[in-house]
Amino acid sequence: MNRITELFKHKEKNILSIYFTAGYPNLESTTTIIEYLDEAKVDMIEIGMPFSDPLADGPTIQDANTIALNNGMSLKILLEQLKDIRSKTQIPILLMGYLNPIIQYGEPKFLQEIHKIGIDGLIIPDMPLPYFKTHLQKLYYHFNIAHVMLVTPTTSEKRIKEIDENTNGFVYLVSSNSITGNQLQINHLKTYFEKIQQLQLNNKTILGFGIHNKETVKHAFEHCNGAIVGSAFVKFLSNNKITSNNIKEFINNLRL
Amino acid sequence: MKQFKPDINGFYGEFGGAFVPEMLYANVQELQESYLEIINSKSFQEEFHSLLKDYVGRPTPLYFSKNLSHQFNAQIYLKREDLCHTGAHKINNTIGQILLAKRLGKQKIIAETGAGQHGVATATVCALMNMECSIYMGEIDIARQKPNVERMQLLGANVVASTSGSKTLKDATNDAIRAWINNPTDTHYIIGSVVGPHPYPDMVSIFQSVISNEIKNQLQEKINRDYPDYVIACVGGGSNAIGAFYHFIDNQKTKLIAVEAAGIGIQTNKTAATIALGKIGIIHGSKTYLIQTEDGQIIEPHSISAGLDYPGIGPAHAYLHDTSKSVVVSITDDEAIQAAFDLSKKEGIIPALETAHALAYLHKMKFKKDDVVVVNLSGRGDKDMMTYKKYL
Ligand SMILES: Cc1ncc(COP(=O)(O)O)c(C=O)c1O
Repeated sequence: MNRITELFKHKEKNILSIYFTAGYPNLESTTTIIEYLDEAKVDMIEIGMPFSDPLADGPTIQDANTIALNNGMSLKILLEQLKDIRSKTQIPILLMGYLNPIIQYGEPKFLQEIHKIGIDGLIIPDMPLPYFKTHLQKLYYHFNIAHVMLVTPTTSEKRIKEIDENTNGFVYLVSSNSITGNQLQINHLKTYFEKIQQLQLNNKTILGFGIHNKETVKHAFEHCNGAIVGSAFVKFLSNNKITSNNIKEFINNLRL
Repeated sequence: MKQFKPDINGFYGEFGGAFVPEMLYANVQELQESYLEIINSKSFQEEFHSLLKDYVGRPTPLYFSKNLSHQFNAQIYLKREDLCHTGAHKINNTIGQILLAKRLGKQKIIAETGAGQHGVATATVCALMNMECSIYMGEIDIARQKPNVERMQLLGANVVASTSGSKTLKDATNDAIRAWINNPTDTHYIIGSVVGPHPYPDMVSIFQSVISNEIKNQLQEKINRDYPDYVIACVGGGSNAIGAFYHFIDNQKTKLIAVEAAGIGIQTNKTAATIALGKIGIIHGSKTYLIQTEDGQIIEPHSISAGLDYPGIGPAHAYLHDTSKSVVVSITDDEAIQAAFDLSKKEGIIPALETAHALAYLHKMKFKKDDVVVVNLSGRGDKDMMTYKKYL
């Protein structure tokens, strides 16, 4: 069974998922960070696959992408680094990134290889749904990869339902219509959550974008199944030594 | 004649589409659903054509150049887009898009710019229509196209420097798209070329198609024949070229020649010749050729001309190239400079550096004496004086 589905079977609330960019701050930091996050008992990990032109990202993740690429990170190297990850941890892992590098790598080959490694899901924000359905849905299914789609406050109800039907794993609720790294405005979220709750989605929902401290994590936990912390963690990585204790402290500071 | 159009999802063959994150979906869909209805409405057409005539100064002349005709032994005409208000073809598109934005109830405009021509054309129509205007421009382009930066500021626009990546057009486009994501409801993004997600390539093509429509009528009047043997135009994203090609695309008697910027040379890594070097991928929401590494990272291009310094090409051009309906060639920085100097001295017209690429290609052609050749003179060269000065 897919580890994301497995996770939701025994835990429905307060899911904490952490995003970081592969190859940042150092080429070799990827697996170390995964291990420390696992030790800090987060529930899920999203690894960003760096891209030269991250359209939906703010300055923090843009810089992490640039530095990771300058460090020499590529899909090939990332998959090589992750090769033995399942001998170390069973935490659900998703890869997140833009479509172009995956097209160049070869989509079927990519899916087959991440399946072999034990990656559980993919988040490709610039992949249109019709493209997914025509080219990739069967392969995702075959390789047991969860297809996680985004919903934003501007997504129409009709489209939210369509996304819910074509997503598995969870629906990634984007907190505001913005690029990553903007601070969350909690007071804007009420009607958004009401709309989502009314629709009674099949999938679990996890809130991301702008979640950066205890207060915002708490808010996400109250209204969704979980929270995703990205830019705030990437910023932490740029300002702190990467040790198990430091990461534990960062994570504990987010939790209730 | 049938119109040159993408399919309902915005694809020209396999190129185009709308590869956008969910944060842009609603905006892009609003445009997809409304652009044709708005553009085809009577009130839009009347306002658009009246502004093109009285504000932009259209039709622009189709000028028969005796000197070039003699030099290249053919009948050479220059389509004088440089005589448009603000000095380039870019304003054909910004007039169309600002009218569309108004009808969609938008209050703010954002745009990217390379050479600054599109930025000036956008700032101009924003002043005209009293809309708030922010122009994203790469830091390097701000330095090399200073006169245009000052014009935009005088017109009341806020010029925002892009400092990421190569600090040129690609990055200005990224930042404009990010600004659009952050301002989803009250803002319209005026893209400056036939690039970006559907419906932009088609929409900008429609607005620029006025160029070839006029060429057709003007040739009919001048030589009693409504098509040329050749149309030559430079290609950054490809808007002036599509505009000049549009009504001749299905006429097999007209050869369409698109000239890319080779930069230092296509064998070097300092180039912007997308068709020569590109592989199919996704850039700025569109599937097309782009210059990229084996790992799918977009390469920072180089051209002496800021308006051609772009690693992608409009999906319509990718399609025209792949189906052999156009020929895509390239011209180096040095060849372009030489051509700009030639036209200035021999014809009394200082062309934009972008346009100079199209002119330079005349040297590589073998014409017959009665071949009718139209070069699209996409813009004037005042903005490039800082560069030209170095070669005086
Ligand atoms: C005069 C002129 N010609 C051509 C271009 C290139 O754009 P496009 O290929 O969209 O016509 C520009 C862009 O700035 C320009 O200013």
